[in-house]
Amino acid sequence: MDAFTTLTAVAVPLDQANIDTDQIIPARYLGRLRPQQVEGYFHDFRLDPNGRPREGVTLNNPAYKDAKIIVANHNFACGSSRENAVTVMVDNGFRAFIAPSFGDIFFNNCFQNGCLPIRLSADRVARIRVILHELPGAEISIDLPSQTVVGPDGQKDSFEIDPFRKDMLLKGADEVKITLGYEADIAGFEARQRQEMPWL
Amino acid sequence: MTAPRTMFEKIWQRHVVVDRPDGYTLLYIDRHLMHDGSSPAYARLKARGLGLRRPDRAAATPDHYVKTDSRTKDVPDPDHRRLLNDITANCNEAGVTLFDLGDARQGIIHVVGPEQGLSQPGLTLVCGDSHTSTHGALGALAFGIGSSEVTHVMATQCLWQRKPKSMRITVDGTLSPHITGKDIILAIIGKIGAAGAVGYVMEYAGSAIRNLSMEGRLTLCNMSIEAGGRAGMVAPDDITFNYMKGRPFAPKGELWDKAMAFWKTVPTDEGATFDREVTLNAAEIAPMVTWGTSPEDVLSINGRVPDPASAPDAGKQENMKRALEYMDLKPGTPMDSVAVDRVFIGSCTNSRIEDLRAAAAVAKGRKAQIPAWVVAGSGLIKQQAEAEGLDKIFREAGFDWREPGCSMCIGVNGDTGTRGQRIASTSNRNFVGRQGQGVRTHLVSPAMAAAAAVTGHFTDVRKLLG
Repeated sequence: MDAFTTLTAVAVPLDQANIDTDQIIPARYLGRLRPQQVEGYFHDFRLDPNGRPREGVTLNNPAYKDAKIIVANHNFACGSSRENAVTVMVDNGFRAFIAPSFGDIFFNNCFQNGCLPIRLSADRVARIRVILHELPGAEISIDLPSQTVVGPDGQKDSFEIDPFRKDMLLKGADEVKITLGYEADIAGFEARQRQEMPWL
Repeated sequence: MTAPRTMFEKIWQRHVVVDRPDGYTLLYIDRHLMHDGSSPAYARLKARGLGLRRPDRAAATPDHYVKTDSRTKDVPDPDHRRLLNDITANCNEAGVTLFDLGDARQGIIHVVGPEQGLSQPGLTLVCGDSHTSTHGALGALAFGIGSSEVTHVMATQCLWQRKPKSMRITVDGTLSPHITGKDIILAIIGKIGAAGAVGYVMEYAGSAIRNLSMEGRLTLCNMSIEAGGRAGMVAPDDITFNYMKGRPFAPKGELWDKAMAFWKTVPTDEGATFDREVTLNAAEIAPMVTWGTSPEDVLSINGRVPDPASAPDAGKQENMKRALEYMDLKPGTPMDSVAVDRVFIGSCTNSRIEDLRAAAAVAKGRKAQIPAWVVAGSGLIKQQAEAEGLDKIFREAGFDWREPGCSMCIGVNGDTGTRGQRIASTSNRNFVGRQGQGVRTHLVSPAMAAAAAVTGHFTDVRKLLG
């Protein structure tokens, strides 16, 4: 997994609340191999039935074309557990997501792919989105070691992250490898469970 | 004496392998369920030279990509064909129990797990699918995970977790006739919102929940994820134990007695506290219908399409306008006057025998006015329904009686609506494009779906059944 330390990049605002993972990648792309999933990226959200860019969709605005950060609204990426929602955004250049709240499974999936989901207050996120609309192409700076985000207005905010997740991201660590290091604990648990729950 | 604990707390504590000082826990996973979308996770496991740590704790069935008009794996789409063949090859190689196409036990994984007795009280259970919350109905801690975490569980039988908070939803009182688990969970989501339970494990309690059948509880827990919940659960009781008894993977003989002794300790202790409490009055719950593009956009069948002008803020107003435009609905329209083009009865939410009976009771002696599909949740349910003559009732009413699978809930197998169609669906998500591009989905109970089928518009099922 790629490490995540700092990121300064263009950020694109998405104002809608409850954007679900079906919008991020429609189900019809899920069965394909990853390279063929790339075009599924917000496909029906961005394009009308004739394949023309929908008006007013920020993701279609060339000013945001280099964006690596999405600034979203409540419950971003709720719904389906499809990890493709993370990978399709990674394959389209994104590494960080800022929102007041996230779909729970998406939030976990981000860490598995070297991405950083950041929760900030709803008011602050709304303010950042307003600025990004006013100044398309404006950048945001994220510093994971110090757990801070500098908005396009220069305001610095701190964010919370589990120390475990932070450490994994900073090192680009392999979670399976780390867990396999706990073999003795896992085997010990299994031995106890065989005694306590023999019906399993 | 230890302090009173919630059911969630008890199950969590029992499965801690490692508690790190930084608040992260390595949690043991008792049961891992797989489906035809799990093969990329298995491919990653193999690529790193690993195998399944506990193939004996895994089980699989193809559901997402299977056709519902035949049982062939020779589907036209080469990617789907590969997935359907991979699950067989992978399970054979890894030694995982597989209920494959052609086996009557095949079906939707969240129907098959409980039906086979794989989902049990007090267990931790995961699957690479968000509706894994379903299995919490047995009194298990069950949740959906992404593909990378599926690989992690295959390799280690564990997951790294931060302990979620707890929420109790108490539904007391008596439900009106024909009100189901589906109506309860839609009412709950309407009350707390689609993000209302983010960060929480939900426990459903109260007299109305205690009186729900296992089928009703499975429906209820299934849609916990639609409220944003990490998991949903119901305390095991006699309904649970009677349901478990005799199922193929349930313990037997002396082991049954040992399991029972443990299962009885699983429910929340008297006096245990939750981080959040929500209450609903069962008597106030009517048949529910969604009007928008999030499960929180829901109202009673006797309600009217809401007006964005009534929204509490500009953002919500914008969302409502967008949803109504997509759904092609005008504010103030009575829900029961909205015409429906098509009906889908099925999915991991509502495809169990009780769901089919409820729909058949409405279909009986009536005629479908619009195309209506019935997709049983498993081959065994299909057989049981046929033994009870439900298929005959559906067929005589002009409903299409199909083979088990996820079908029109997600549509990846090709079972989708056409652009502009309005579908009354017993599934779990009314997201934009969920049942096909430009398709408008309204979530309802099986009886309400059947009522829409035989009248051609949303209808309060109580008017048909009295």
